[in-house]
Amino acid sequence: MTRKIDNTTRYERLRERYMNGDLSRRNFLGLLGAAGAAYGLVTPYRALAQEVKQVRFDGWGGVVSEALRENAFDPFTAKTGIEVVDGTFGGGDEYLSRVKASQPGEYNIAHLSGVFDYARYHNLGLTTTLNEDNIPNLEYVIPKLVDVFRNVTDGSLSCVPYDYGTTGLAYNRKHISDDEMKEKGARILIDEAHKGKIAGWSDWRTRMWYAALQTDQDPNGITDEEAAWDAVRQHRDLALKYWGSGAELMSLLAEEEIHVTEGWSGRIYALQEQGHDIGYMDPPNGFGWQECMFVIKGSPLEACEELLNFMLAPETSIAVAEGQNYPPALDPQKVDLGDKIPTLPAFDPTGTLDNLTFADPAYWNGHEQEWSKTFGRVQKGY
Amino acid sequence: MSIEAREARQPWILLSPALAAVTLLLFVPLMFIVVYSFWLRTATGADQVGFYFDNWREALTDPFYRDILISTLRIAAITTVVCAVMGYPSAYFIARSRGNKAILLLLLMLPFWISYIIRTMSWINILGVSGAFNTALLAVGIIDEPIQMLYNEVTVILGLVHFLLPFMILNIYVSLDGIDTNLEDAANSLGATKWQSFIQVTLPLSLPGLAAGGLLCFVLGAGTYITPLVLGGPRDAMFANLVFEAIITQLNWPLGSALSLMLLAVLGVLVMIYNRYLGMAQLMKGLG
Repeated sequence: MTRKIDNTTRYERLRERYMNGDLSRRNFLGLLGAAGAAYGLVTPYRALAQEVKQVRFDGWGGVVSEALRENAFDPFTAKTGIEVVDGTFGGGDEYLSRVKASQPGEYNIAHLSGVFDYARYHNLGLTTTLNEDNIPNLEYVIPKLVDVFRNVTDGSLSCVPYDYGTTGLAYNRKHISDDEMKEKGARILIDEAHKGKIAGWSDWRTRMWYAALQTDQDPNGITDEEAAWDAVRQHRDLALKYWGSGAELMSLLAEEEIHVTEGWSGRIYALQEQGHDIGYMDPPNGFGWQECMFVIKGSPLEACEELLNFMLAPETSIAVAEGQNYPPALDPQKVDLGDKIPTLPAFDPTGTLDNLTFADPAYWNGHEQEWSKTFGRVQKGY
Repeated sequence: MSIEAREARQPWILLSPALAAVTLLLFVPLMFIVVYSFWLRTATGADQVGFYFDNWREALTDPFYRDILISTLRIAAITTVVCAVMGYPSAYFIARSRGNKAILLLLLMLPFWISYIIRTMSWINILGVSGAFNTALLAVGIIDEPIQMLYNEVTVILGLVHFLLPFMILNIYVSLDGIDTNLEDAANSLGATKWQSFIQVTLPLSLPGLAAGGLLCFVLGAGTYITPLVLGGPRDAMFANLVFEAIITQLNWPLGSALSLMLLAVLGVLVMIYNRYLGMAQLMKGLG
């Protein structure tokens, strides 16, 4: 890998050539003068560029942020001197709204969930083009995960895939047996027997996805919308609470306020690790998703690429995955992922991810405007 | 420059920092919101610049928004009444106490040292299934199963009362503190019982404070969105939650702007009515 030389090194080389007699005095002074003029011209931009002493990262908070901070950001800062400032968000919609209200460069890297989010950012003109030569560790990533992003941005990338997981069914084994879960599957969320002890994510996509499963429809091709909305209403009437963040999800289950909800695989694994008797099941056609580290237009690209490459290094990526409990995007056929990752929910040892159903970005983004609004009403009793 | 001209300019010079702040931080953003409310949201989430009445038509004619607005005003009204009933005796006690008034006022201000969100979330640890209340009831054998107390309209009102009660007490206290106690003594010496002197002298004189506290509680209560989000169930949304959803979840800033202006207009009318009949002076005293 070639390394860029700084201006001091350039000057020293030039001076050495002049001292050695390889360069005339006139040429030496001329080149110095040209360098000075160029410096003057680019100074305003240099000033901006030189301020890249930190990169802002926004993610999902909780155990995910802790894992990234400990295993990726702190070691990256120690190595490069670039500070990573991390913020959190409760959902992709909330974050997109913040980015829309921001100045270019204010937000840099986001831990986005789903290709549909990536496509939304692209449609709003917020994507950039990463120089993949600066991210050599991209070669370790499962090709299928990379290709879906390339398809959205005409072959280029504005992100690197980082991990994947599922939104499956989480249940308290004290109150619901594994057999009952197997028997009822996604319909347990609309089961009268558990009225007042059911919860769900206040995310319209997840609600409609599970409504599709509850009404025996293909989540990526719902034909009977009314039936699906009825299922959403039924769930609402039986639910105690819609949760809005991973922390709230974990709290509701840990405090036994609820017995069953859909939940994020990594968060449920974290609860199990803490000793809570919480079961997790991916029903057929369960909601699979892949997360990426997305670089927003206007960000300092080289610093971001350096960080992404650092994060994708197998040792970093595996450590983060073990901390956040989501399998990394690294191809298990190319990288030895250690002992813990194969035990994580949603892990696919083949690296093909054929066992997971992902949201079709065109389908879901095509319904985003109408369904998000309708869910806002259904949620409140309409 | 003449002395008169200099004196005429002086208030404007003194007011200019405040006027600049109000213009830049309130008036200009408000104008942005007004402009936004006439734009449209496209299918991709981008805004379509123009002059369209669609958002206003939807906000004003859709029964969904009307119903939630009425529900919000109802919750704010209940909260205000509960705050008044609970706040008056406390304010009376502080105003009539001797010696320890400063400590009592300090205690009243103490909750403001803790974040509003943390104060709201503390109810989860108190009323939750494994919270303090249920644990105590289970421990003494009053109940066999934890009672589900959270995530309903009652807990939303409870959270709002917890948040707004100090505002009510402070306003009533300021009003009561300004009443000359000789008036009560005079009423008693003329044969009135303690209760009669309170009903006929003290209460009417403290009404401006009660009204100012009521207005503050109502306006702040009607504009809240954190409390229903944390302590409410699926159906317990208030109008500010609709604004939040339109802007944050649906990325529909134009509709969110129209909705926020609608709430502002409704609350603005209430403030104007208050100002027409009671004046803002009492409110300023309470806030000061």
